[in-house]
Amino acid sequence: MNILRTTKVALRALGRNKMRSFLTALGIIIGVGAVISMVSIGEGAKKGVEDRFASMGTNLLFVSPGSRQRGGVHTGFGGWNTLKPEDATAIEEQCDSVLYTSPSVSTRAQVVYGNKNWNTSIQGTGRRYPEVRNWEIEQGIYFDESHERSAAKVAVLGSAVKDSLFENEDPIGKVIRIKSIPFRVIGVLKSKGESGGWFNRDDMIAVPYTTVMKRLTGQEYISSIDVQAVSSARTKEAQTQIEELLRIRHKIAPGAEDDFQVRNMAEIAEGAAEATKIMTILLGSIASISLLVGGIGIMNIMLVSVTERIREIGIRMAVGARQKDILLQFLTEAIVLSVLGGLIGVFFGVGLSRLLKYVAIFSQFRSVVSPQSIILAFVFSASVGIFFGFYPARKASRLDPIEALRYE
Amino acid sequence: MSAPIIQLENLVKIYKIGDTEVHALRGVTYQVQAGEFLAIMGPSGSGKSTLMNIIGCLDRPTSGRYFLEGEEVSTFDRDKLARIRNQKVGFVFQTFNLLPRTTALENVELPLLYTSHISSKQRTEMAFRALESVGLKDRAYHKTNQLSGGEQQRIAIARALLNNPSLILADEPTGNLDTKTSTEIMNIFTRLNKEKKITLVMVTHEPDIACYARKRIYIRDGQIIREEQNGEGCEEFEAKESRL
Repeated sequence: MNILRTTKVALRALGRNKMRSFLTALGIIIGVGAVISMVSIGEGAKKGVEDRFASMGTNLLFVSPGSRQRGGVHTGFGGWNTLKPEDATAIEEQCDSVLYTSPSVSTRAQVVYGNKNWNTSIQGTGRRYPEVRNWEIEQGIYFDESHERSAAKVAVLGSAVKDSLFENEDPIGKVIRIKSIPFRVIGVLKSKGESGGWFNRDDMIAVPYTTVMKRLTGQEYISSIDVQAVSSARTKEAQTQIEELLRIRHKIAPGAEDDFQVRNMAEIAEGAAEATKIMTILLGSIASISLLVGGIGIMNIMLVSVTERIREIGIRMAVGARQKDILLQFLTEAIVLSVLGGLIGVFFGVGLSRLLKYVAIFSQFRSVVSPQSIILAFVFSASVGIFFGFYPARKASRLDPIEALRYE
Repeated sequence: MSAPIIQLENLVKIYKIGDTEVHALRGVTYQVQAGEFLAIMGPSGSGKSTLMNIIGCLDRPTSGRYFLEGEEVSTFDRDKLARIRNQKVGFVFQTFNLLPRTTALENVELPLLYTSHISSKQRTEMAFRALESVGLKDRAYHKTNQLSGGEQQRIAIARALLNNPSLILADEPTGNLDTKTSTEIMNIFTRLNKEKKITLVMVTHEPDIACYARKRIYIRDGQIIREEQNGEGCEEFEAKESRL
């Protein structure tokens, strides 16, 4: 029997039990559909993360406080206040591969304007923050060195905050209250878009870092320094220069551990990409379980089918079917079921991942249906057919023709 | 005279059921010439079905030798036996054994599915010819469950004829049919035997049916106990038949 003929015979046999065949294939349809849509969500999240990091700029570095040892006890990373605003100034002035730095401290506060109020993140930044973070000003101006020096009560609004507090009103020159302290609004940042993922980057107010330290929190240390290298090619060099400079400034003996750490954007992006990759694998493997269950469904139905058709097997053997022919016939039926299910499942999965855009929690991810995930799901479903179809098919082929003919 | 089509030499078949051994055949030696029409008779449990299964290459003897057209098929493995069944043997069963919910044509075509080098067009042509020879060409596209018992058995005969077998084996072919239909079926067998010189071996326990055959052997306890030729012992039925 050649493949074409066997496939025709299999299709005819499956056609005799349409409802049952459909329900059996449904297991595979759902399995393949789940794999494709879940993987596409994962891929979409990965792409979203990548885009977000790209929009921040690739020549960005972060300096944050590191672990510090005191009497043999380590604190965790960021567990010690070691960075001072002067460190930021020194880095900018003394490292030639560094263009700008921006000290960063933040707090949360209730912000009031007129009869509206809003709880948001207050970012204390340096005057170079827009350049360093690759962020444009929509309206007004950003604060300058004199604001920084005098810890001026000026604020630049993120677009989400502007929308919540001012709606269509022009905010420039208006006075808002942060922790009851009046601040004058001097500018509005351009929206970065909501596609970021876990938080909205436009939901913040930028004020001079000195203002946060002196007027809002009273801290002496800064939580991190944003550094912009001269070019993305020189980020590695910048990292080394910063490390050397800070070791001297912090008086760290040779051989002792740093009390700060410098990370560049590429590393952080890599870490985030790794995390989303793990999420994709996780989603994909959970979805694969449903494909596995679908495969067990095929095996179950094929076993029932073999038992029901023992007489037919006997007849086929009597007229000259070899064991191989019977094995192939039932195996083909299982494969046809799973491949058809796989094909329908591909359409189902693609459709599902399109639909998921309209579901609130998924809408922030742009789901990406990759050809690889389609091929993978399809190949996987065909292998499920072979794997789970083999046992029933072998059982059928091993039947004794005489007993099969006599079977009632 | 050419070599016999079936040559059985001291066939023994022993089934093991648990610890006990059942001797189904205890040394059967017999020859069937090409073109003969043989009936095998005997009570149930006599071993006639076992003999039939061995002749039909569905089973192998425990000992002894079986030559089919000069080939010692008693030494063949399962796949080789399947090929012999496909090429040389046609089966007709008491319960018809047609595939349910399948058209007459597809049923008749079935043996050709396992024969290589035949196009689907050729296959349909051959199946139509076989259906024509049993007078059921107009039923080709009927599903088997829509047909009467007599029609179903004729389809089974058409299926058996398809590969131009040297041998047709019929196991109680009229067991599920009424007298009139039985006569029709037996007439077809007789015609095939006379016109196409097909060798027929039939198991039955109805004496009137057995009398259509030119030779009858009686089996009891796994051995041939008697052989009858032509009209011997059939006088009663021949008289009845002429009355009909």
